[in-house]
Amino acid sequence: MHIDEKVVDHIAHLARLEFSGEGKKAIQIDMERIITFMDKLSEVDTTGVEPLIFMSDEVNVLREDIAVDSLTHEEALKNAPKRDSDYFRIPKVLSKGNF
Amino acid sequence: MENTREKYEVVIGLEVHAQMLTKTKAYSNDVNEFGAHPNTNVSVVSLGHPGTLPVMNKKTIENAIKLGLACHSNIASNQYFARKNYFYPDLPKGYQITQDKTPICTGGHLVVKDDLGNYKNVGITRIHMEEDAGKSIHDVDVYDTLVDLNRAGVPLLEIVSEPDIRSSQEAYNYVAEVRKLVRYLDICDGNMEEGSLRCDANISVRLVGTIEFGTKVEVKNMNSIRNVQRAIEFEITRQIEVVENGGEVSQETRGFDALKGITISMRSKEAANDYRYFPEPDLQPLFVDQPQIDAIKNDMPALPRELYLKYTEEFGLSEYDATNLVDNKYIALYFEDVLLHTKQIKTAANLLMGEVKSYLNQQAVEITEFPLKPNVIAELVNLIEAGKVSYSIASSKVFPALFEFTDKSVLEVATILNVIQDSDEDSIANYVKQVIESNTTEVQRYVAGEKQLVGFLMGQLMKVSQGKADPKQANPMLRKILDELS
Repeated sequence: MHIDEKVVDHIAHLARLEFSGEGKKAIQIDMERIITFMDKLSEVDTTGVEPLIFMSDEVNVLREDIAVDSLTHEEALKNAPKRDSDYFRIPKVLSKGNF
Repeated sequence: MENTREKYEVVIGLEVHAQMLTKTKAYSNDVNEFGAHPNTNVSVVSLGHPGTLPVMNKKTIENAIKLGLACHSNIASNQYFARKNYFYPDLPKGYQITQDKTPICTGGHLVVKDDLGNYKNVGITRIHMEEDAGKSIHDVDVYDTLVDLNRAGVPLLEIVSEPDIRSSQEAYNYVAEVRKLVRYLDICDGNMEEGSLRCDANISVRLVGTIEFGTKVEVKNMNSIRNVQRAIEFEITRQIEVVENGGEVSQETRGFDALKGITISMRSKEAANDYRYFPEPDLQPLFVDQPQIDAIKNDMPALPRELYLKYTEEFGLSEYDATNLVDNKYIALYFEDVLLHTKQIKTAANLLMGEVKSYLNQQAVEITEFPLKPNVIAELVNLIEAGKVSYSIASSKVFPALFEFTDKSVLEVATILNVIQDSDEDSIANYVKQVIESNTTEVQRYVAGEKQLVGFLMGQLMKVSQGKADPKQANPMLRKILDELS
């Protein structure tokens, strides 16, 4: 698969990363290499093979609906780059857009 | 405009998100509770700390199955979860754990009233389990957005309808029905103002007779059922205007501004979202078998639709009474309890919808806080039916007194109030005699042909007897005597 600049821009946007100039060229080459490498897998004939999603046979790993004391308010906010006494603070985002 | 409007058919599908009434979150055991101090109901899982793993809350599956059964849906036996990837500050993991390919419920329907008051089925496409995001507050601080992650990981049920809804009123009725259902099932408190029940609407219009759908617009931010209706109504008018003016409706997401009563474009869908769904490897698959579904089914409470049909078809109550009784789960439960102690269904319904409801309205309390027990109301109903008190005396005199004489039986209270109905033939004959003697003018006019005066004379009789004469006996006796005079 060919990775062009448009694909790089799209993936970069989804990952909230910015590339320009040399950096963009480099990541484009890297991505193309990765995709080509992964393409190797499609050479295997998988007709009639069910997709494998889970590595174990376990099902219904569940817990009861019982609350357990977890983090304190102070612990929760401790590692935030910016905070006040109540909230995590982040640079202003205006519109949530469409989720 | 009305004629223009009739040329178009409106097509609406609704997505309802219901926050589940669980004690803990969907995939972690921190507390699920509305209104707590910001960032106190959190855990390393809901904060998305690296290396933490989700564990599924058993209760959420039961809730989803209950709702699916109530909607006549198919329950999927094999399920797995998916990651829906997007970046937003109130989603710390960078993805939402949801069900994509294998929703727990598919198909089914809800019965909803259309604009003419007829019942119709609105199809359910799917119901799936997922988690809520945290809350971003944009309008408090000038420079920063504030993030509260108490809501992150709260379990949600997303209920997606088929595009079967044809008007804003039907949409209103549908959401009201969903809310009633989740409240009956005790799986969500249905509070739209607090956001525990949320609704997005997909709306399009097409010329009547067209097979293809028009371009749909998604409308969000409607925080009451009334606003769902207002937003849709605005949107229908807007879209028809666009089409009538030769334009094309653009596919987009719009938000509802409740103050202005209008929808505003939020973001065009042209740059379509790319959520890159893939199976969630951290949660093992679910397997639901028939015995488990049966057990949940056996444990389900009576549902509003079933009660409605029982009240109208079996009990012969009017549609109006039945609708009002089942509208609130606790009123219906109270009514059911009253019926354990009396067979007089109609009188019980009247008393409940009349006096009891107006008491609740006046005191602004819920039926769950109503001081009189169902058996007391049943006693009053039985007293009316035994002819001991008239309905009007029961409601105007005995009922209010029951709140004061809490240690007395209803019969004792009626006796203390001296309102036990007089059914004694001799004393009724005596009242009739008094009325005829003291209203000679009216009696003569009656005899002369003004038959409607019997109402007046009957009123006089009730007055003379201080409301105690049994009208069922007094009325025929009065008529008989009057007619003998004629």
